[in-house]
Amino acid sequence: MQLPLAMQTLASPLTVSQLNQRVREALEVGLGDCWVVGELSNFRAPPSGHFYFSLKDAHSQIAAVMFRSANQLLPFRPEDGMEVTVRGRVSVYEVRGNLQLYVDSMEPRGLGSLQLALDQLKKKLAAEGLFADARKRPLPFLPRTVGIVTALRGAAIHDMLVVLRARCPGVRVIVRPVRVQGKEAAPDIVAALSELNTVRVVDVVIVGRGGGSLEDLWAFNDERVARAIVASRVPVVSAVGHEIDFTVADLVADRRAPTPTAAAAMVVPERRELVSWLDETAHALRTAVLRRIHGEREHLAAQARHLRDPRQVLRVLQQRVDELGERALRAATASTRQARQQLRGAAERLNALSPLAVLQRGYSIARRVDDATVVRDAATLATGDALRLVFASGTARVRVEEPGAS
Amino acid sequence: MADKRSEKTFDQGMAELEAIVARLESGELPLEDALAAFETGIGLVRTLHQRLADAEARVEVLTRTAEGALQLQPLEREPGKE
Repeated sequence: MQLPLAMQTLASPLTVSQLNQRVREALEVGLGDCWVVGELSNFRAPPSGHFYFSLKDAHSQIAAVMFRSANQLLPFRPEDGMEVTVRGRVSVYEVRGNLQLYVDSMEPRGLGSLQLALDQLKKKLAAEGLFADARKRPLPFLPRTVGIVTALRGAAIHDMLVVLRARCPGVRVIVRPVRVQGKEAAPDIVAALSELNTVRVVDVVIVGRGGGSLEDLWAFNDERVARAIVASRVPVVSAVGHEIDFTVADLVADRRAPTPTAAAAMVVPERRELVSWLDETAHALRTAVLRRIHGEREHLAAQARHLRDPRQVLRVLQQRVDELGERALRAATASTRQARQQLRGAAERLNALSPLAVLQRGYSIARRVDDATVVRDAATLATGDALRLVFASGTARVRVEEPGAS
Repeated sequence: MADKRSEKTFDQGMAELEAIVARLESGELPLEDALAAFETGIGLVRTLHQRLADAEARVEVLTRTAEGALQLQPLEREPGKE
Protein backbone atom coordinates (compact mmCIF):
# COMPACT_ATOMS: atom_id res chain seq x y z
CA MET A 1 0.00 0.00 0.00
CA GLN A 2 1.53 3.23 -1.17
CA LEU A 3 1.35 6.47 0.68
CA PRO A 4 -0.94 9.02 -0.99
CA LEU A 5 0.99 11.56 -3.06
CA ALA A 6 0.24 14.25 -0.62
CA MET A 7 2.25 12.45 2.01
CA GLN A 8 5.49 12.72 0.03
CA THR A 9 7.72 15.30 1.55
CA LEU A 10 10.79 17.23 0.65
CA ALA A 11 12.52 14.59 2.65
CA SER A 12 11.41 11.59 0.63
CA PRO A 13 10.33 12.76 -2.81
CA LEU A 14 9.15 10.51 -5.64
CA THR A 15 11.28 9.90 -8.62
CA VAL A 16 9.86 11.05 -11.92
CA SER A 17 9.28 7.46 -12.93
CA GLN A 18 7.43 6.83 -9.72
CA LEU A 19 5.36 9.95 -10.27
CA ASN A 20 4.43 9.02 -13.79
CA GLN A 21 3.61 5.54 -12.72
CA ARG A 22 1.35 6.88 -9.97
CA VAL A 23 -0.37 9.19 -12.43
CA ARG A 24 -0.96 6.31 -14.82
CA GLU A 25 -2.41 4.14 -12.13
CA ALA A 26 -4.61 6.93 -10.91
CA LEU A 27 -5.96 7.54 -14.37
CA GLU A 28 -6.52 3.90 -15.21
CA VAL A 29 -8.33 3.20 -12.03
CA GLY A 30 -10.21 6.45 -11.97
CA LEU A 31 -11.26 6.62 -15.57
CA GLY A 32 -10.82 3.26 -17.27
CA ASP A 33 -12.49 2.83 -20.64
CA CYS A 34 -14.45 5.66 -22.11
CA TRP A 35 -16.01 6.72 -25.38
CA VAL A 36 -14.76 10.03 -26.74
CA VAL A 37 -15.90 11.99 -29.79
CA GLY A 38 -13.64 14.41 -31.60
CA GLU A 39 -11.95 15.36 -34.83
CA LEU A 40 -8.90 13.56 -36.13
CA SER A 41 -5.84 15.64 -36.76
CA ASN A 42 -2.18 15.14 -37.27
CA PHE A 43 -2.80 11.54 -38.33
CA ARG A 44 0.31 9.46 -39.00
CA ALA A 45 0.61 5.79 -39.93
CA PRO A 46 4.31 4.84 -39.88
CA PRO A 47 5.59 1.48 -41.18
CA SER A 48 5.12 -0.08 -37.76
CA GLY A 49 1.42 -0.15 -38.56
CA HIS A 50 0.39 1.81 -35.47
CA PHE A 51 -1.76 4.91 -35.85
CA TYR A 52 -0.72 8.12 -34.06
CA PHE A 53 -3.02 11.12 -34.07
CA SER A 54 -4.66 13.81 -32.02
CA LEU A 55 -8.29 13.93 -31.14
CA LYS A 56 -9.59 17.44 -30.67
CA ASP A 57 -12.59 19.64 -30.28
CA ALA A 58 -12.95 23.43 -30.37
CA HIS A 59 -11.00 24.00 -27.14
CA SER A 60 -8.87 21.00 -26.31
CA GLN A 61 -6.98 18.12 -27.73
CA ILE A 62 -5.39 14.91 -26.59
CA ALA A 63 -2.72 12.73 -28.14
CA ALA A 64 -3.87 9.27 -29.12
CA VAL A 65 -2.51 5.99 -30.41
CA MET A 66 -4.29 3.00 -32.00
CA PHE A 67 -2.00 0.03 -32.15
CA ARG A 68 -1.85 -2.20 -35.19
CA SER A 69 -3.60 -5.07 -33.45
CA ALA A 70 -6.64 -2.85 -33.03
CA ASN A 71 -6.50 -0.79 -36.22
CA GLN A 72 -6.10 -3.63 -38.72
CA LEU A 73 -9.75 -4.49 -38.23
CA LEU A 74 -10.82 -1.03 -39.35
CA PRO A 75 -12.58 -1.26 -42.71
CA PHE A 76 -12.00 2.39 -43.46
CA ARG A 77 -8.94 4.62 -43.56
CA PRO A 78 -8.88 7.41 -40.98
CA GLU A 79 -8.12 10.86 -42.34
CA ASP A 80 -7.46 14.27 -40.86
CA GLY A 81 -10.65 16.19 -40.43
CA MET A 82 -12.82 13.10 -39.94
CA GLU A 83 -15.19 13.19 -36.99
CA VAL A 84 -14.95 9.94 -35.09
CA THR A 85 -16.09 8.31 -31.90
CA VAL A 86 -13.38 6.23 -30.25
CA ARG A 87 -13.36 3.84 -27.37
CA GLY A 88 -10.18 3.92 -25.37
CA ARG A 89 -8.34 4.17 -22.13
CA VAL A 90 -6.70 7.36 -20.95
CA SER A 91 -3.27 6.89 -19.59
CA VAL A 92 0.19 8.34 -19.34
CA TYR A 93 3.04 7.36 -21.58
CA GLU A 94 5.34 7.06 -18.67
CA VAL A 95 8.56 7.55 -20.57
CA ARG A 96 7.64 11.05 -21.63
CA GLY A 97 4.96 11.89 -19.13
CA ASN A 98 2.47 12.42 -21.98
CA LEU A 99 -1.22 12.07 -21.57
CA GLN A 100 -2.38 9.60 -24.18
CA LEU A 101 -5.61 8.00 -25.26
CA TYR A 102 -5.08 4.34 -26.13
CA VAL A 103 -7.77 3.65 -28.72
CA ASP A 104 -9.04 0.16 -29.40
CA SER A 105 -12.11 0.96 -31.50
CA MET A 106 -13.06 3.77 -33.88
CA GLU A 107 -16.33 4.58 -35.59
CA PRO A 108 -16.90 7.44 -38.01
CA ARG A 109 -19.56 9.91 -36.95
CA GLY A 110 -22.52 10.11 -39.28
CA LEU A 111 -21.77 7.24 -41.64
CA GLY A 112 -21.28 3.69 -40.58
CA SER A 113 -17.69 2.54 -40.92
CA LEU A 114 -18.61 0.07 -43.67
CA GLN A 115 -20.31 2.78 -45.67
CA LEU A 116 -17.35 5.10 -45.22
CA ALA A 117 -14.95 2.38 -46.30
CA LEU A 118 -17.08 1.77 -49.36
CA ASP A 119 -17.11 5.45 -50.29
CA GLN A 120 -13.36 5.60 -49.95
CA LEU A 121 -12.89 2.54 -52.14
CA LYS A 122 -15.23 3.88 -54.83
CA LYS A 123 -13.31 7.16 -54.92
CA LYS A 124 -10.03 5.32 -55.19
CA LEU A 125 -11.12 3.01 -58.01
CA ALA A 126 -12.84 5.83 -59.86
CA ALA A 127 -9.62 7.83 -59.71
CA GLU A 128 -7.86 4.88 -61.36
CA GLY A 129 -10.38 5.08 -64.20
CA LEU A 130 -11.85 1.66 -63.48
CA PHE A 131 -15.45 2.89 -63.68
CA ALA A 132 -14.95 4.60 -67.03
CA ASP A 133 -17.28 3.55 -69.87
CA ALA A 134 -14.35 3.55 -72.26
CA ARG A 135 -12.80 0.47 -70.72
CA LYS A 136 -16.00 -1.56 -70.74
CA ARG A 137 -16.16 -4.26 -73.37
CA PRO A 138 -19.23 -5.18 -75.42
CA LEU A 139 -20.86 -8.51 -74.70
CA PRO A 140 -20.73 -11.16 -77.44
CA PHE A 141 -24.01 -11.23 -79.37
CA LEU A 142 -24.45 -15.00 -79.34
CA PRO A 143 -22.11 -16.64 -76.82
CA ARG A 144 -21.36 -20.33 -77.12
CA THR A 145 -20.72 -20.74 -73.41
CA VAL A 146 -21.87 -18.65 -70.45
CA GLY A 147 -19.91 -18.84 -67.20
CA ILE A 148 -21.73 -18.18 -63.93
CA VAL A 149 -20.15 -17.34 -60.56
CA THR A 150 -22.75 -17.69 -57.84
CA ALA A 151 -23.95 -19.94 -55.07
CA LEU A 152 -24.98 -23.39 -56.19
CA ARG A 153 -28.08 -23.23 -54.05
CA GLY A 154 -30.58 -20.47 -54.14
CA ALA A 155 -32.97 -18.54 -56.35
CA ALA A 156 -30.24 -16.78 -58.32
CA ILE A 157 -28.76 -19.82 -60.09
CA HIS A 158 -32.17 -21.40 -60.62
CA ASP A 159 -33.64 -18.26 -62.19
CA MET A 160 -30.63 -17.74 -64.42
CA LEU A 161 -30.73 -21.29 -65.78
CA VAL A 162 -34.46 -21.01 -66.48
CA VAL A 163 -34.03 -17.77 -68.43
CA LEU A 164 -31.00 -19.00 -70.37
CA ARG A 165 -32.72 -22.20 -71.41
CA ALA A 166 -35.92 -20.37 -72.44
CA ARG A 167 -34.20 -17.71 -74.53
CA CYS A 168 -31.40 -19.69 -76.07
CA PRO A 169 -31.78 -23.45 -75.67
CA GLY A 170 -28.50 -24.24 -77.39
CA VAL A 171 -26.22 -22.30 -75.08
CA ARG A 172 -23.78 -24.13 -72.85
CA VAL A 173 -23.45 -23.09 -69.20
CA ILE A 174 -20.56 -23.62 -66.80
CA VAL A 175 -21.22 -22.81 -63.16
CA ARG A 176 -18.37 -22.20 -60.78
CA PRO A 177 -20.01 -22.25 -57.35
CA VAL A 178 -18.85 -19.77 -54.71
CA ARG A 179 -19.71 -18.54 -51.27
CA VAL A 180 -21.52 -15.27 -51.77
CA GLN A 181 -21.22 -13.82 -48.28
CA GLY A 182 -18.93 -14.06 -45.30
CA LYS A 183 -15.21 -13.70 -44.95
CA GLU A 184 -14.33 -16.43 -47.46
CA ALA A 185 -16.58 -15.06 -50.18
CA ALA A 186 -14.26 -12.45 -51.69
CA PRO A 187 -11.24 -14.75 -52.19
CA ASP A 188 -13.56 -17.47 -53.49
CA ILE A 189 -15.07 -15.13 -56.10
CA VAL A 190 -11.58 -14.00 -57.13
CA ALA A 191 -10.54 -17.63 -57.64
CA ALA A 192 -13.74 -18.40 -59.55
CA LEU A 193 -13.17 -15.58 -62.02
CA SER A 194 -9.62 -16.68 -62.57
CA GLU A 195 -10.62 -20.31 -63.18
CA LEU A 196 -13.40 -19.48 -65.63
CA ASN A 197 -10.96 -17.34 -67.58
CA THR A 198 -8.81 -20.43 -68.14
CA VAL A 199 -11.70 -22.35 -69.73
CA ARG A 200 -11.26 -21.10 -73.27
CA VAL A 201 -14.79 -21.64 -74.57
CA VAL A 202 -16.34 -19.28 -72.01
CA ASP A 203 -17.43 -16.13 -73.89
CA VAL A 204 -19.06 -14.19 -71.07
CA VAL A 205 -19.34 -14.46 -67.28
CA ILE A 206 -22.14 -13.52 -64.90
CA VAL A 207 -21.12 -12.79 -61.30
CA GLY A 208 -23.94 -12.35 -58.85
CA ARG A 209 -26.29 -13.27 -56.11
CA GLY A 210 -29.75 -12.44 -54.85
CA GLY A 211 -30.55 -9.41 -52.69
CA GLY A 212 -29.40 -8.79 -49.14
CA SER A 213 -28.16 -6.24 -46.63
CA LEU A 214 -24.99 -4.21 -47.04
CA GLU A 215 -23.16 -6.73 -44.91
CA ASP A 216 -24.51 -9.64 -46.98
CA LEU A 217 -23.34 -8.05 -50.20
CA TRP A 218 -20.02 -6.99 -48.72
CA ALA A 219 -17.95 -9.40 -50.79
CA PHE A 220 -19.15 -7.61 -53.95
CA ASN A 221 -17.75 -4.37 -52.55
CA ASP A 222 -14.39 -5.96 -51.87
CA GLU A 223 -11.44 -4.40 -53.64
CA ARG A 224 -9.98 -7.81 -54.56
CA VAL A 225 -13.20 -8.81 -56.33
CA ALA A 226 -13.26 -5.51 -58.21
CA ARG A 227 -9.70 -6.01 -59.43
CA ALA A 228 -10.43 -9.60 -60.43
CA ILE A 229 -13.34 -8.38 -62.59
CA VAL A 230 -11.10 -5.77 -64.18
CA ALA A 231 -8.46 -8.43 -64.86
CA SER A 232 -10.92 -10.81 -66.50
CA ARG A 233 -10.16 -11.43 -70.16
CA VAL A 234 -13.79 -12.41 -70.67
CA PRO A 235 -16.49 -9.71 -70.38
CA VAL A 236 -18.25 -9.73 -67.00
CA VAL A 237 -21.84 -8.91 -66.15
CA SER A 238 -22.45 -8.18 -62.48
CA ALA A 239 -25.82 -9.28 -61.14
CA VAL A 240 -26.06 -8.34 -57.51
CA GLY A 241 -29.68 -8.09 -56.42
CA HIS A 242 -29.99 -4.88 -54.47
CA GLU A 243 -32.47 -2.15 -53.78
CA ILE A 244 -30.39 0.87 -53.02
CA ASP A 245 -26.96 1.41 -54.42
CA PHE A 246 -24.53 -0.09 -56.90
CA THR A 247 -21.83 -2.32 -55.49
CA VAL A 248 -18.23 -1.85 -56.55
CA ALA A 249 -18.55 -5.01 -58.66
CA ASP A 250 -21.45 -3.38 -60.51
CA LEU A 251 -19.36 -0.30 -61.19
CA VAL A 252 -16.30 -2.07 -62.61
CA ALA A 253 -18.16 -4.77 -64.55
CA ASP A 254 -18.61 -4.47 -68.31
CA ARG A 255 -22.39 -4.44 -67.84
CA ARG A 256 -24.50 -4.43 -64.72
CA ALA A 257 -27.87 -6.05 -64.28
CA PRO A 258 -30.33 -5.25 -61.51
CA THR A 259 -31.04 -8.94 -60.90
CA PRO A 260 -29.60 -12.31 -61.86
CA THR A 261 -32.64 -12.90 -64.13
CA ALA A 262 -31.95 -9.64 -65.97
CA ALA A 263 -28.30 -10.66 -66.37
CA ALA A 264 -29.28 -13.95 -68.03
CA ALA A 265 -31.55 -12.04 -70.44
CA MET A 266 -28.69 -9.68 -71.20
CA VAL A 267 -26.12 -12.27 -72.19
CA VAL A 268 -28.11 -14.31 -74.74
CA PRO A 269 -30.49 -13.20 -77.50
CA GLU A 270 -33.94 -14.70 -78.02
CA ARG A 271 -33.30 -17.57 -80.40
CA ARG A 272 -36.88 -17.55 -81.73
CA GLU A 273 -36.46 -13.95 -82.87
CA LEU A 274 -33.25 -14.78 -84.70
CA VAL A 275 -34.91 -17.72 -86.48
CA SER A 276 -37.80 -15.49 -87.58
CA TRP A 277 -35.39 -12.87 -88.79
CA LEU A 278 -33.47 -15.43 -90.82
CA ASP A 279 -36.67 -16.73 -92.42
CA GLU A 280 -37.79 -13.20 -93.30
CA THR A 281 -34.38 -12.42 -94.73
CA ALA A 282 -34.41 -15.54 -96.90
CA HIS A 283 -37.85 -14.50 -98.15
CA ALA A 284 -36.61 -10.98 -98.88
CA LEU A 285 -33.66 -12.36 -100.82
CA ARG A 286 -35.90 -14.57 -102.94
CA THR A 287 -38.39 -11.79 -103.60
CA ALA A 288 -35.69 -9.34 -104.56
CA VAL A 289 -33.89 -11.69 -106.93
CA LEU A 290 -37.14 -12.80 -108.58
CA ARG A 291 -38.13 -9.18 -109.07
CA ARG A 292 -34.77 -8.53 -110.64
CA ILE A 293 -35.11 -11.50 -113.00
CA HIS A 294 -38.65 -10.53 -113.89
CA GLY A 295 -37.51 -7.00 -114.58
CA GLU A 296 -34.82 -8.34 -116.87
CA ARG A 297 -37.40 -10.37 -118.80
CA GLU A 298 -39.65 -7.36 -119.18
CA HIS A 299 -36.76 -5.34 -120.48
CA LEU A 300 -35.94 -7.97 -123.08
CA ALA A 301 -39.59 -8.24 -124.15
CA ALA A 302 -39.78 -4.51 -124.61
CA GLN A 303 -36.68 -4.54 -126.76
CA ALA A 304 -38.15 -7.40 -128.81
CA ARG A 305 -41.27 -5.37 -129.50
CA HIS A 306 -39.14 -2.74 -131.20
CA LEU A 307 -38.21 -5.33 -133.88
CA ARG A 308 -41.14 -5.47 -136.39
CA ASP A 309 -42.92 -8.42 -137.95
CA PRO A 310 -42.22 -8.35 -141.83
CA ARG A 311 -45.93 -8.13 -142.75
CA GLN A 312 -46.28 -5.32 -140.31
CA VAL A 313 -43.34 -3.59 -141.97
CA LEU A 314 -44.96 -3.93 -145.35
CA ARG A 315 -48.23 -2.52 -144.12
CA VAL A 316 -46.45 0.40 -142.60
CA LEU A 317 -44.58 1.08 -145.81
CA GLN A 318 -47.75 0.97 -147.87
CA GLN A 319 -49.38 3.37 -145.55
CA ARG A 320 -46.48 5.72 -145.94
CA VAL A 321 -46.66 5.53 -149.69
CA ASP A 322 -50.37 6.37 -149.63
CA GLU A 323 -49.74 9.28 -147.42
CA LEU A 324 -47.00 10.61 -149.64
CA GLY A 325 -49.24 10.25 -152.72
CA GLU A 326 -51.98 12.30 -151.18
CA ARG A 327 -49.59 14.97 -150.15
CA ALA A 328 -48.16 15.14 -153.65
CA LEU A 329 -51.61 15.47 -155.16
CA ARG A 330 -52.60 18.18 -152.75
CA ALA A 331 -49.37 19.94 -153.48
CA ALA A 332 -49.92 19.72 -157.22
CA THR A 333 -53.49 21.01 -157.01
CA ALA A 334 -52.44 23.73 -154.82
CA SER A 335 -49.72 24.91 -157.17
CA THR A 336 -52.05 24.99 -160.25
CA ARG A 337 -54.53 27.17 -158.45
CA GLN A 338 -51.72 29.35 -157.38
CA ALA A 339 -50.44 29.67 -160.98
CA ARG A 340 -53.85 30.64 -162.29
CA GLN A 341 -54.19 33.22 -159.61
CA GLN A 342 -50.85 34.64 -160.52
CA LEU A 343 -51.77 34.69 -164.16
CA ARG A 344 -55.01 36.47 -163.50
CA GLY A 345 -53.22 38.94 -161.36
CA ALA A 346 -50.64 39.58 -164.04
CA ALA A 347 -53.33 39.92 -166.69
CA GLU A 348 -55.17 42.48 -164.67
CA ARG A 349 -52.06 44.48 -163.99
CA LEU A 350 -51.17 44.27 -167.67
CA ASN A 351 -54.62 45.42 -168.64
CA ALA A 352 -54.40 48.39 -166.37
CA LEU A 353 -51.15 49.40 -168.04
CA SER A 354 -52.33 48.98 -171.70
CA PRO A 355 -52.61 52.17 -173.83
CA LEU A 356 -56.12 51.25 -174.83
CA ALA A 357 -57.21 51.28 -171.23
CA VAL A 358 -55.53 54.65 -170.77
CA LEU A 359 -57.29 56.07 -173.88
CA GLN A 360 -60.55 54.71 -172.67
CA ARG A 361 -60.10 56.65 -169.48
CA GLY A 362 -60.13 59.85 -171.56
CA TYR A 363 -56.51 60.47 -172.28
CA SER A 364 -55.33 61.11 -175.92
CA ILE A 365 -51.95 60.61 -177.50
CA ALA A 366 -50.48 63.58 -179.42
CA ARG A 367 -48.02 62.84 -182.23
CA ARG A 368 -46.16 65.26 -184.55
CA VAL A 369 -47.32 64.93 -188.12
CA ASP A 370 -43.86 65.45 -189.60
CA ASP A 371 -41.91 62.75 -187.66
CA ALA A 372 -44.71 60.89 -185.83
CA THR A 373 -42.96 61.27 -182.42
CA VAL A 374 -45.13 61.42 -179.38
CA VAL A 375 -45.37 64.78 -177.69
CA ARG A 376 -44.69 64.72 -173.99
CA ASP A 377 -43.47 68.23 -173.33
CA ALA A 378 -45.50 71.29 -174.29
CA ALA A 379 -42.33 73.33 -174.37
CA THR A 380 -41.19 71.56 -177.52
CA LEU A 381 -44.22 72.89 -179.42
CA ALA A 382 -44.29 76.02 -181.58
CA THR A 383 -47.34 77.87 -182.80
CA GLY A 384 -48.59 76.45 -186.04
CA ASP A 385 -47.17 72.89 -185.50
CA ALA A 386 -49.35 70.20 -186.99
CA LEU A 387 -50.28 67.34 -184.61
CA ARG A 388 -52.37 64.23 -184.98
CA LEU A 389 -54.44 63.33 -181.84
CA VAL A 390 -55.31 59.69 -181.21
CA PHE A 391 -58.45 58.99 -179.17
CA ALA A 392 -59.91 55.72 -177.89
CA SER A 393 -61.99 55.89 -181.00
CA GLY A 394 -60.74 57.78 -184.07
CA THR A 395 -58.08 60.48 -184.63
CA ALA A 396 -57.97 64.22 -185.49
CA ARG A 397 -55.42 66.56 -187.23
CA VAL A 398 -54.94 69.76 -185.21
CA ARG A 399 -52.75 72.93 -185.31
CA VAL A 400 -51.09 74.35 -182.11
CA GLU A 401 -52.40 77.84 -181.29
CA GLU A 402 -50.61 78.63 -178.07
CA PRO A 403 -47.94 76.24 -176.64
CA GLY A 404 -47.03 76.27 -172.92
CA ALA A 405 -50.29 77.53 -171.69
CA SER A 406 -51.42 75.70 -168.50
CA MET B 1 -14.07 -25.43 -81.22
CA ALA B 2 -12.70 -22.97 -83.75
CA ASP B 3 -14.44 -23.65 -87.04
CA LYS B 4 -14.38 -21.22 -89.93
CA ARG B 5 -17.79 -19.80 -89.27
CA SER B 6 -17.13 -18.93 -85.69
CA GLU B 7 -14.42 -16.57 -86.93
CA LYS B 8 -17.24 -14.40 -88.16
CA THR B 9 -19.58 -13.69 -85.29
CA PHE B 10 -23.30 -14.23 -85.61
CA ASP B 11 -24.09 -10.53 -85.61
CA GLN B 12 -21.42 -9.89 -88.24
CA GLY B 13 -23.23 -12.47 -90.38
CA MET B 14 -26.52 -10.67 -89.78
CA ALA B 15 -25.02 -7.34 -90.81
CA GLU B 16 -23.61 -8.87 -93.98
CA LEU B 17 -27.01 -10.35 -94.83
CA GLU B 18 -28.73 -7.00 -94.39
CA ALA B 19 -26.23 -5.40 -96.74
CA ILE B 20 -26.82 -8.09 -99.38
CA VAL B 21 -30.60 -7.66 -99.17
CA ALA B 22 -30.22 -3.89 -99.51
CA ARG B 23 -28.04 -4.22 -102.60
CA LEU B 24 -30.44 -6.72 -104.19
CA GLU B 25 -33.48 -4.58 -103.46
CA SER B 26 -31.86 -1.49 -104.89
CA GLY B 27 -32.19 -3.06 -108.33
CA GLU B 28 -28.91 -1.48 -109.33
CA LEU B 29 -26.91 -4.67 -109.60
CA PRO B 30 -26.16 -6.12 -113.00
CA LEU B 31 -28.04 -9.42 -113.40
CA GLU B 32 -24.99 -11.64 -112.84
CA ASP B 33 -23.99 -9.80 -109.67
CA ALA B 34 -27.58 -10.01 -108.43
CA LEU B 35 -27.60 -13.77 -108.88
CA ALA B 36 -24.23 -14.08 -107.14
CA ALA B 37 -25.39 -11.91 -104.26
CA PHE B 38 -28.50 -14.05 -103.91
CA GLU B 39 -26.42 -17.19 -103.72
CA THR B 40 -24.07 -15.74 -101.11
CA GLY B 41 -27.05 -14.50 -99.09
CA ILE B 42 -28.90 -17.80 -99.08
CA GLY B 43 -25.70 -19.61 -98.14
CA LEU B 44 -25.20 -17.25 -95.23
CA VAL B 45 -28.80 -17.79 -94.07
CA ARG B 46 -28.18 -21.54 -94.03
CA THR B 47 -24.94 -21.12 -92.09
CA LEU B 48 -26.55 -18.92 -89.46
CA HIS B 49 -29.53 -21.28 -89.16
CA GLN B 50 -27.06 -24.08 -88.52
CA ARG B 51 -25.30 -22.06 -85.86
CA LEU B 52 -28.60 -21.62 -84.04
CA ALA B 53 -29.50 -25.26 -84.38
CA ASP B 54 -26.23 -26.38 -82.80
CA ALA B 55 -27.49 -27.51 -79.45
CA GLU B 56 -24.66 -27.91 -77.01
CA ALA B 57 -27.21 -27.34 -74.30
CA ARG B 58 -25.62 -28.66 -71.17
CA VAL B 59 -25.05 -27.23 -67.73
CA GLU B 60 -21.80 -28.13 -66.01
CA VAL B 61 -20.11 -27.33 -62.73
CA LEU B 62 -16.44 -26.35 -62.56
CA THR B 63 -14.71 -27.94 -59.60
CA ARG B 64 -11.27 -29.10 -58.52
CA THR B 65 -10.23 -32.71 -58.19
CA ALA B 66 -8.55 -33.99 -55.08
CA GLU B 67 -5.23 -33.35 -56.82
CA GLY B 68 -6.22 -29.76 -57.41
CA ALA B 69 -6.87 -29.96 -61.16
CA LEU B 70 -9.86 -28.24 -62.71
CA GLN B 71 -12.65 -30.47 -63.97
CA LEU B 72 -16.11 -30.13 -65.45
CA GLN B 73 -18.98 -32.22 -64.22
CA PRO B 74 -22.58 -32.21 -65.38
CA LEU B 75 -24.92 -30.51 -62.97
CA GLU B 76 -26.40 -33.33 -60.96
CA ARG B 77 -29.75 -31.97 -60.20
CA GLU B 78 -31.53 -28.79 -60.91
CA PRO B 79 -30.60 -26.34 -58.12
CA GLY B 80 -33.88 -25.74 -56.37
CA LYS B 81 -35.20 -22.44 -55.24
CA GLU B 82 -34.99 -22.00 -51.49
